[in-house]
Amino acid sequence: MKPSPPLEQEFLKLRAKLLEIGASLDRLDRISGTDSLEPRVTQIRCAIEALLESHGNRAEAIQLIFSRPFEEDWRKKFRMPNFEC
Amino acid sequence: MNYIDPHIHMVSRTTDDYETLAKMSCVAVSEPAFWAGYDRGSVDGFRDYFEQLTAFEPKRAASYGMQHFSWLCVNAKEAENVALAREVIAMIPEFLDRPGVLGIGEIGLNKNTRNEAIVFQEHVDLAAMTNEQLLIHTPHLEDKYQGTRMILDMLCDDSRVLRERVLIDHVEEHTVRPVLEAGFWAGMTLYPVSKCTPERAANIVEIYGPERLLVNSAGDWGPSKPTAVPDFILEMRRRGHPECLIRRIVYENPLAFFGQSRGFVFQPPEAEQHLST
Repeated sequence: MKPSPPLEQEFLKLRAKLLEIGASLDRLDRISGTDSLEPRVTQIRCAIEALLESHGNRAEAIQLIFSRPFEEDWRKKFRMPNFEC
Repeated sequence: MNYIDPHIHMVSRTTDDYETLAKMSCVAVSEPAFWAGYDRGSVDGFRDYFEQLTAFEPKRAASYGMQHFSWLCVNAKEAENVALAREVIAMIPEFLDRPGVLGIGEIGLNKNTRNEAIVFQEHVDLAAMTNEQLLIHTPHLEDKYQGTRMILDMLCDDSRVLRERVLIDHVEEHTVRPVLEAGFWAGMTLYPVSKCTPERAANIVEIYGPERLLVNSAGDWGPSKPTAVPDFILEMRRRGHPECLIRRIVYENPLAFFGQSRGFVFQPPEAEQHLST
């Protein structure tokens, strides 16, 4: 199988995904209005902004936007057995 | 291309799926113990489930020329009942010497609670005592990053854990790096909506290379696709990656990881035997 150039492979798929996002956001505005204080709306806005970054790890950045934070001292807080802090 | 699905829950799939997998050149499956969709009420409920995993499913797979391997544990979703989990952990050794049992799994975290972490550590204790390999589930969606970091904390601080004998599953873009950098195997699960897609899994291979990376369908009773690994193969071919690279991820890597388990007795298909001579 001879591969086509990457942009050729990705262009129509990206176009379709961007249209899906635009249409979904339009629907939210149309049906329920977008509550800018709703945390999930904030996450979506941050994720869209991350797409415009020029570095090569946008997917990782977006994953972290939708993730709960990690607390380094979780074992101390949980009083885990056999854990010495 | 012959391939192995290293994580699929065949107890919740139909016999038609076995037939489809065989037609797609799947030569072996590995099935970790998981949640049945409801919490089991007794240790005997788990005993019956382990019987199904280690005796019945291998026969069903064999009807289609496929080998079936399994992993045993209490799933994280049932770990809140610590007393029952401890009863089950004490019972698991009854099954560890059965043919095709590869180790303890899929243990892990679900909502990242204290009880889940305690039951996780007690499974690790069992694996250390019985010299078993580990297959580890990482949480879903917003809980994945936090849970994966907690799992890494527990494993990396345990000197009994041999990292090359541990597979941490369901990695995505934000968790694959710490898992690989710590020396563990990493599994990418190809799901229609959550977890990874074949395209994103191919991206991760392009970034990190094939070392200690596996792909699986994790097909179960929810939205999932048992033929997701062939989808990944097709995506890799579409991008022009060589057959040897694809084969390494979908066939040779599972063999290398599973080969460390005393329960792994693999009979390669005839065509593979010719390839290796």
